[in-house]
Amino acid sequence: MTTDTTELSTTATQRRTLFRSDATQKLLAFAGLIAMFVVFSLASPNFFKFDNIIGILLATAVNGVLALGVTFIIVTAGIDLSVGTVMTLSAVMSGVFITYWGLPIPLGILAGLGTGALAGFVNGIAISKMKIPPFIATLGMMMMAKGLALVISGAKPIYFNDTPAFRQMAMGSLIGRVFPGFAVPNAVFILFGAAIIANLILTKTVLGRYTVALGSNEEATRLSGVNVDRWKTAVYALGGAFSGLGGVLMAARLNSAQPALGAGYELDAIAAVVIGGTSLSGGEGTILGTVIGAFIISVLTNGLRILSVPQEWQMVVTGAIVILAVYADIIRRRNQ
Amino acid sequence: MGDALVLMEGIDKSFPGVHALDHCRFELRAGEVHALVGENGAGKSTLMKVLAGIYRKDAGRVLYLGQEVEIDSPRAAQDLGISMIHQELNLMPHLTVAQNVFIGREPRHGAPFWLDERAINQETQKLFDMMHLRLDPRTKVADLTVAKQQMVEIAKALSFNSQALIMDEPTAALTEAEIEELFRIIRHLRNEGVGVVHISHRLEELKQISDRVTVMRDGRYIDTVQTRETSVESIISMMVGRTIYESSPELPENPDQEVLLEVRGLNRGTELQDINLRLKRGEILGLAGLMGAGRTEVARAIFGADSIDSGEILVRGQPVHIRTPRDAVAHGIGYLSEDRKRYGLALSMDVETNVVLASFDKFLGALGWVQRAETRSTAQKYVEALAIKTPTMQQRVKNLSGGNQQKVVVGKWLAANTDVLIFDEPTRGIDVGAKSEIYKLLNDLARQGKGIIMISSDLPEILRMSHRVIVMCEGRITGELSSEEATQEAIMTLATQRGEIVADGGTDSNSREAQLA
Repeated sequence: MTTDTTELSTTATQRRTLFRSDATQKLLAFAGLIAMFVVFSLASPNFFKFDNIIGILLATAVNGVLALGVTFIIVTAGIDLSVGTVMTLSAVMSGVFITYWGLPIPLGILAGLGTGALAGFVNGIAISKMKIPPFIATLGMMMMAKGLALVISGAKPIYFNDTPAFRQMAMGSLIGRVFPGFAVPNAVFILFGAAIIANLILTKTVLGRYTVALGSNEEATRLSGVNVDRWKTAVYALGGAFSGLGGVLMAARLNSAQPALGAGYELDAIAAVVIGGTSLSGGEGTILGTVIGAFIISVLTNGLRILSVPQEWQMVVTGAIVILAVYADIIRRRNQ
Repeated sequence: MGDALVLMEGIDKSFPGVHALDHCRFELRAGEVHALVGENGAGKSTLMKVLAGIYRKDAGRVLYLGQEVEIDSPRAAQDLGISMIHQELNLMPHLTVAQNVFIGREPRHGAPFWLDERAINQETQKLFDMMHLRLDPRTKVADLTVAKQQMVEIAKALSFNSQALIMDEPTAALTEAEIEELFRIIRHLRNEGVGVVHISHRLEELKQISDRVTVMRDGRYIDTVQTRETSVESIISMMVGRTIYESSPELPENPDQEVLLEVRGLNRGTELQDINLRLKRGEILGLAGLMGAGRTEVARAIFGADSIDSGEILVRGQPVHIRTPRDAVAHGIGYLSEDRKRYGLALSMDVETNVVLASFDKFLGALGWVQRAETRSTAQKYVEALAIKTPTMQQRVKNLSGGNQQKVVVGKWLAANTDVLIFDEPTRGIDVGAKSEIYKLLNDLARQGKGIIMISSDLPEILRMSHRVIVMCEGRITGELSSEEATQEAIMTLATQRGEIVADGGTDSNSREAQLA
């Protein structure tokens, strides 16, 4: 038995080296984030200010939540182009429940989450049962959700003026009541809470295990007796639920559901996931990486805006960062 | 030796165009190692896939412990206690060993969706202890050698309480030491009462490991014999039966034939080290070795598909620079990939287009128009010359049989005026009848003065076809054998001549290849 323990400890060292190489990517991304903070702080006195930092955190909340859902889908080696407009549709549905029908706010929030999950479920059925490639299925959903949001809202924003508590839910600050002067909006904590839940799902539950297995080797997963279709559908539904949460946060932040907003958000979410080191070929990815990726995008956008870089150039820089991040990852893998 | 665990009778199975199993029979007892042998395409894997629920049989019956059973899915087979370990391993490289073993039936605790990781690891450790295997259940599968991955598959099969364990060519990618370890575990399982089916065409293994041998040929059951009471020679004669292949071609009459291709001191990273070879006109040069030995890498380097670090390539005595496949084609070198569906053919296009694809420039008229009359007559010429069975020139290549697809690829390279043809596993996935046609074609090409390099994992094929055999191991050439010197044993000895001992559990070239595949 003593020999057994030595064997275990040697493989444990192997594991640690492996862990280190996995961690390198996140460390790299995190170092990049810190470096951006330093550069922008030095470049502009307006960057490292409480209000601006809150602005960054708030901007990350919506994109971050969307990116959490997309992480699961990309880990299965799939893709979801519908997250942006499904977010919009979910916001509109919350508006319909709360403002049009005067239902209680929690029901409105549930309506948003449910709409997202339902859209994701439909994506999942199309992909697993109808065998439509994820790119096409979610492209279709992207258009459908966009159209439905416009139809349902009559192409006009739905305001939450009669229910200030809805906005307070995300924009108010519970912690600000306890520590006056540290008024971080609830939306930021909702993001972190969602990230913790996402991380638990990915690493500790059956759904998370099959998410990785599907992306790692779908055929082997099927041959192991796993109901691949059902779990894939569940993953897309989960991704949709996160889009729904994004929609609720968005609506609360703007105090309105804006039916014309949302297209393009899916690309920011995918970019955040990819910058965070999740492989588009599936099987690997972490929630922490995605959160860091989402922050990198918002810090970049915010910093460049403060430096008065025109919006057009902000896009160019963000695009370049996405390519560089993925290239760095490819180099790292090649050297392994 | 016990009673019949599994009895298969009158099993029939057809695929479009192939009668894969013709009234086959097989019996497996508890506590025996039963070798299933036959040449490539004899139907061994197909028969076992029927038993493992991967293929549905067309006719016949399967008895398990005396009861007739209907096995319609891998899950149904597992529930009965029948597990199959495939040649291409079915593991999730991103998950740990333990996570792979328990995929699909993970222990939970607390809530029905909450994984009990500790239980998964402990149960896996128990299985490994039972197998006397030292491996940390928390290791990622991607970090294991092919041999260790196979052990994980075995552990997974045992976790289903398998009474029948089918292993499809488990030793194909293993070194001698790894094979010893595998056999130790197989014997251990046999002593525990498990019935083990060992599919192999490495006959020297049979004496070491099996109790009985069943021989198959051309999709038919030939006989089952006691290993102890039979000789390897008699098994071979049962396997070969009639001679369906042409005998080896005579060596070219003229001994000082022109050297068509010469490679000097080729290096590429750790994949290829100091590769030297010469190919003469009219010669078939066999390139043998285990999976991952670097044979395909040699072909790709010569063909310009992969860059080289150093080395020289000479075509007809002239040094040439080959940086891209296009350069190689310009110098008359053609490469026929083992995966012809991915790399050799435009599957959804017609025969005519595929034949002229590599030499398209020749058929372009003014303004880049394609001269249809010329492409048609060229394609027609090669379809006739190679006896490609296709209803019309416009038939889509994906509708042809494997053998005819292979011929289309050959036609493509002939149309491009190549002198050197590199065949990578030319008969993989081709049924027995069409195989002999491919062999005949290779011989004809050699007679016409082409130089052929044939990469093959099929030792009988190497022995039958080659004028000369070069054997590789771990990116190096470990020996060269004339057709008189070449035997299965001599080739295997050279193919396992490793340069250095690879650390146990570490990543070696085998597992890298497995990950790429």
